[in-house]
Amino acid sequence: MWVLLVLVVIVGLWVVSAYNGLISLKNQTVNAFKQIDVQLKRRHDLIPNLVNAVKGAMDFERSTLEAVIQARNQAVKVNASGPEAVKQISQAENALSGALSRLLVTVERYPELKATGNIGQLQEELSSTENRIAFARQLYNDTATQYNTKQQQFPTTLVAGLAHAERTDLWEIEDQAERAVPQVDLSRR
Amino acid sequence: MIGFVLFFAWLGFGGDYIWALQGHHPFPWVGILLTTVAIITAWHTYKTGPEKVLWATGAQELIDPQTDAERQVANVVDEMAIAAGIPRPRLWIIPDDDPNALATGHDPRDSHIAVTRGLLKICNRDELQAVIAHELGHVKNLDVRLMTTLAALVGAVLLVREGMGRMMRGGGLPTRGGGGRKGKSAGPLIAILLALWIISWIVAPLVTQLLALAVSRRREYLADAMSAQFTRNPLALASALAKIEGAAAPTTAIRSGAAHLCICDPLGRRLTNSEGWLADRFATHPPMSMRISRLKGMGYAQLKKEGGLPV
Repeated sequence: MWVLLVLVVIVGLWVVSAYNGLISLKNQTVNAFKQIDVQLKRRHDLIPNLVNAVKGAMDFERSTLEAVIQARNQAVKVNASGPEAVKQISQAENALSGALSRLLVTVERYPELKATGNIGQLQEELSSTENRIAFARQLYNDTATQYNTKQQQFPTTLVAGLAHAERTDLWEIEDQAERAVPQVDLSRR
Repeated sequence: MIGFVLFFAWLGFGGDYIWALQGHHPFPWVGILLTTVAIITAWHTYKTGPEKVLWATGAQELIDPQTDAERQVANVVDEMAIAAGIPRPRLWIIPDDDPNALATGHDPRDSHIAVTRGLLKICNRDELQAVIAHELGHVKNLDVRLMTTLAALVGAVLLVREGMGRMMRGGGLPTRGGGGRKGKSAGPLIAILLALWIISWIVAPLVTQLLALAVSRRREYLADAMSAQFTRNPLALASALAKIEGAAAPTTAIRSGAAHLCICDPLGRRLTNSEGWLADRFATHPPMSMRISRLKGMGYAQLKKEGGLPV
C-alpha cells in the first residue's frame, strides 16, 4: 500500500517536471524565433540609410544598389503567419542576403572607395547585421532542435501530447545558390 | 561545491558536536555564529564585488563608441549576446596594452564584460568574437556568480579564523571542561575529533583556496567549449589564445584578486604554463597548451564532419 502511494507520488512529480520542461522549451523556441524577427527588422530599417550613405560615392554601381533596395522591399512585404511562415520569410530574406553580399563584393572591387571612412563603417555595419541574423538563426535552430529532441525522446514523449508539443521547423537555406560551395580555382593556366 | 558546504559545516558545527560530546553547550552557538558571520561577509562581497573588480582595473564603460575598433567591439558584443540568447552585458574598456578580457556580475541580466585596449589591437574580428563568446560563456553558465561567491567565501574563512584564534588564546575555552560526565566513555574519540577540527581550522584557507581553484579551472574549459558553440569556430579562439599567450607581459591593471575572472592568467605566472601535480593544484587557469590543443581537436572534428578536411 505504502509502496504504491510513494510510486504514485514519484510518477506525479516526474510528470509535472517533464511537462514544465517542455513548456519552458516551447516558449524559448518561440522567443528565439521572435529574436530573428527583431534582427530582420533591424536590417530592414538599416538598409535605406546605408544605401543613402554610399549612393553618391557609388553612382556607377546603381544596379547593385537597386537590387538591394528591391530585395529589401520584397522582404518587408512578406507578412506570413502559420506553419508556412518560416519558409516564406526565409526565402525573401535569403534573396536580400544575396543582394547585400553582392554589394559587399562590389565595394571590395574599388579599393579607393574603401579608403573613405563612410565605406569602412558601412562594411562593419553590414557584416555585423549579417552576423546578428546568422546568430539569431543559430540560437533558434539550437533551441528548436533541443525542443524537438525532448518531445520525441522516451519517456518525455508520453507527456508531449499533454503539453501540446509539436515539431517545429528549423530555419533552412532554401536558395540553392547560397547552399552551393563556392568553387575557387587557383591553378595557373 | 558539495565539498565546500561539507567543509564549512564541519568547521562550524563540528566544534559544537565535540563540545556536545563533552557534555557542554548543547546549543550549537559556535556554528550559528560562524554561519552568520560568513553569510554577512559573503553577502557584502557578493553585492559590491563587480563594482570593486571594475574599479580596481580602472575600466571605463563604453557607451558611445567613437573609433572603428570601439564600434567593432560593441557590435561583436551585441552579436554574441544574440548567439548566447542572453541580454546584452555592459561593455567596459581597460586602458592597458596587454591583451586580456574579463567577465563579472551577478546573473545574465546584470553582467559586465571588460576588454583591454591591447586585445582590440592584436585580435581580428573572428578572434575578438571568440574571446567575447568565452566571456559570455562564463556569464551564461553563471560562473560569474559562482566565482564572486567563491571569492567571498575564501575571504570569510580567513576572517573567522582570525577571530577564533584570538578567542581561543584568550579563554582556552575548549579545554576548560576537561571531560564531562558523558565524556569519560568517549574520551579518545573526542580527542581525535578535536585534533582533526583544529587542524581543519589551520588548513582552512588553503583548502578553500584549492577548492576554488579547482572549480575555476574546470569552468575555463567549459567556457572555451561554450565559445566554440556560440561562434562555431573553435580555431578562432585557439589563435586568439595563442596571440594572448605570445604577449607575455603581465596585465598590470588587473590585480591577483580578479585573476580567475580573466580569459588568461593576468599575472603571467609560470605555473599556468607548466604541467604537473603542483601546477595543476595552484593555477587559476589550465595550461594554455592544453586549452589550445582541445580547441584544435574541436576544430578538427568540425572539419571532418563537414567533409572539408583535405584528404
